[in-house]
Amino acid sequence: MNDKIYKVILFIAALIMPIVCGGVVYALVTDAYEAFEHFGFFKFLTSSEWSYTEGAEQYGALPFITGTLMTTLLALIFCIPFSLPVALFVGEYFKGTRVAAVLSTVTDLLAGIPSIIYGLWGFYTLRPLIMALNISPQGSGVLTASLVLAIMIVPYAASLSAEFIKMVPNDLKEGAYSLGATRAEVVRKVIFPVAGSGIFSSYILAIGRALGETMTVTMLIGNTNNIPDSITSTGNSMASIIANQFGEADGLRLSSLIAIGFILFLITALINMIGKIMIKRARIA
Amino acid sequence: MTKLKIKNRLAQDRLMLWSVCLFAALTAVPLLAILGEVLLRGYDQLSWSFFTEPTPTAYKAMKAIEAGAPIPGGIANGIIGTMIMLGMAVVVAVPSGILCGAYLAENPKNRFAQVVSYLTDLLQGTPSVIIGIITYIWVVVPMKGYSAIAGSVALCIMMLPLIIRSTEETLKILPASLKEAGLALGGNKARVMMKVQLPAAFGGIFTGVLLAISRVIGETAPLMFTALGCSFIRFAVDKPISAVPLLIWEFFNDPNLQELIWGASLFLLLFVLTLNLLSKYLAKKWNQ
Repeated sequence: MNDKIYKVILFIAALIMPIVCGGVVYALVTDAYEAFEHFGFFKFLTSSEWSYTEGAEQYGALPFITGTLMTTLLALIFCIPFSLPVALFVGEYFKGTRVAAVLSTVTDLLAGIPSIIYGLWGFYTLRPLIMALNISPQGSGVLTASLVLAIMIVPYAASLSAEFIKMVPNDLKEGAYSLGATRAEVVRKVIFPVAGSGIFSSYILAIGRALGETMTVTMLIGNTNNIPDSITSTGNSMASIIANQFGEADGLRLSSLIAIGFILFLITALINMIGKIMIKRARIA
Repeated sequence: MTKLKIKNRLAQDRLMLWSVCLFAALTAVPLLAILGEVLLRGYDQLSWSFFTEPTPTAYKAMKAIEAGAPIPGGIANGIIGTMIMLGMAVVVAVPSGILCGAYLAENPKNRFAQVVSYLTDLLQGTPSVIIGIITYIWVVVPMKGYSAIAGSVALCIMMLPLIIRSTEETLKILPASLKEAGLALGGNKARVMMKVQLPAAFGGIFTGVLLAISRVIGETAPLMFTALGCSFIRFAVDKPISAVPLLIWEFFNDPNLQELIWGASLFLLLFVLTLNLLSKYLAKKWNQ
């Protein structure tokens, strides 16, 4: 095989990516078009109606956009107190030791558990607990979904943050120690400022994960098509409404679901892009 | 005064250390809780017939529950469906992913390669439910029906970016002298890639493939719109087919079959975690 044929073969293989991604966007846009045309793009985004009585069909994405944003934001808040210590444990306090290796294996395994099993655990263990604590009567809801989501994104946030914490140059830390700083002060005044942008970007990527999580949220959020009015009430996220209704939908409803999928695709693509750019910058700096 | 201040600072330092340890240790709790629950509740369902028989109908299960007997049947249809779809996805995704990764590693500065690299990230970050929608539009609608082929296309699209990335990264960290030595011996680029670089990178690529498999094997959402599910053992690739995660979802929604959830989850969980640990072990071994 000569070099020319080899190059052509590799090039053809690389063409798969543009074809697949172009196909994704094309398919989403053409199939979502009916809904956008019928309701208008901005009207679709801001309407909170979701009713499929024949003849008076009304579909809007607002309840699901709100649901997704609420679960993601709450999951992020719940995840920080755990992922940051894990990152410090692995990247600074016990860097390179056996305990750190065990802990990072544990978080790797957490990342490997399929989301449907997280959903089962949330449904059969966490939901009764929430009912028993009288936090919400039905147990499922935005709060339950976000708690489990938080566990799911801890590994992503922690492993990437740990990487940035490890990269903080030793002479900076030693400089601080020689001035009499305690380790806690080194963490707060040296590690966080230096690794801060990297840590921040790892949380952005964790958000990207949480936005599209489907099965866990579907099993735990309660599946009602309203804007959740508090964190304990039920709702639906963009991914969960698709998972719930896609199989039985047709016509305008199917198109509306695909439109929601398109919006979700745009949001995750944007968040991931921001995260990747920030990581690149943090790595160079 | 200063003594007190120093005491405060030292106390803060200790508090920080202990809270880091405490909260870091707490993250192990969910893993243990999930493993424990699935093990305890699924353990007594595992038997030979659980792996060789298809799922029972809701009626049969209801009868068994009324009679106080364990639910008959198992998840063989799901296991076979998962294996068929995974097999087809691997056959397509692995060679094309490796070639695409090789392209990225060979042309790091090329404009087109940068676009491809960016798109790989984009696809990797795309939620799996959207991959399901796409495959539905691409495959299910033209074929006028749900099928194993559609399911495997969805799995294949999800595996591709993972395999591309791991191939690219492994090839990039190989010492340049390896490639140069091969070229100096008179091999052309294709020969050096096939006989020197890819064999040297085999470990990393293999681990990447294992990880990609463990990532997609538990995917449920994309299979719901593509493979749909099927209650008996089937080998046809153009008909709806079941998969282990799909079965768990069915059991979850059918009160009569709920007892089967845990056995199926235990099987899936053990499979995924074993793949994960195996790939981690192999990565460590090959890195030395």
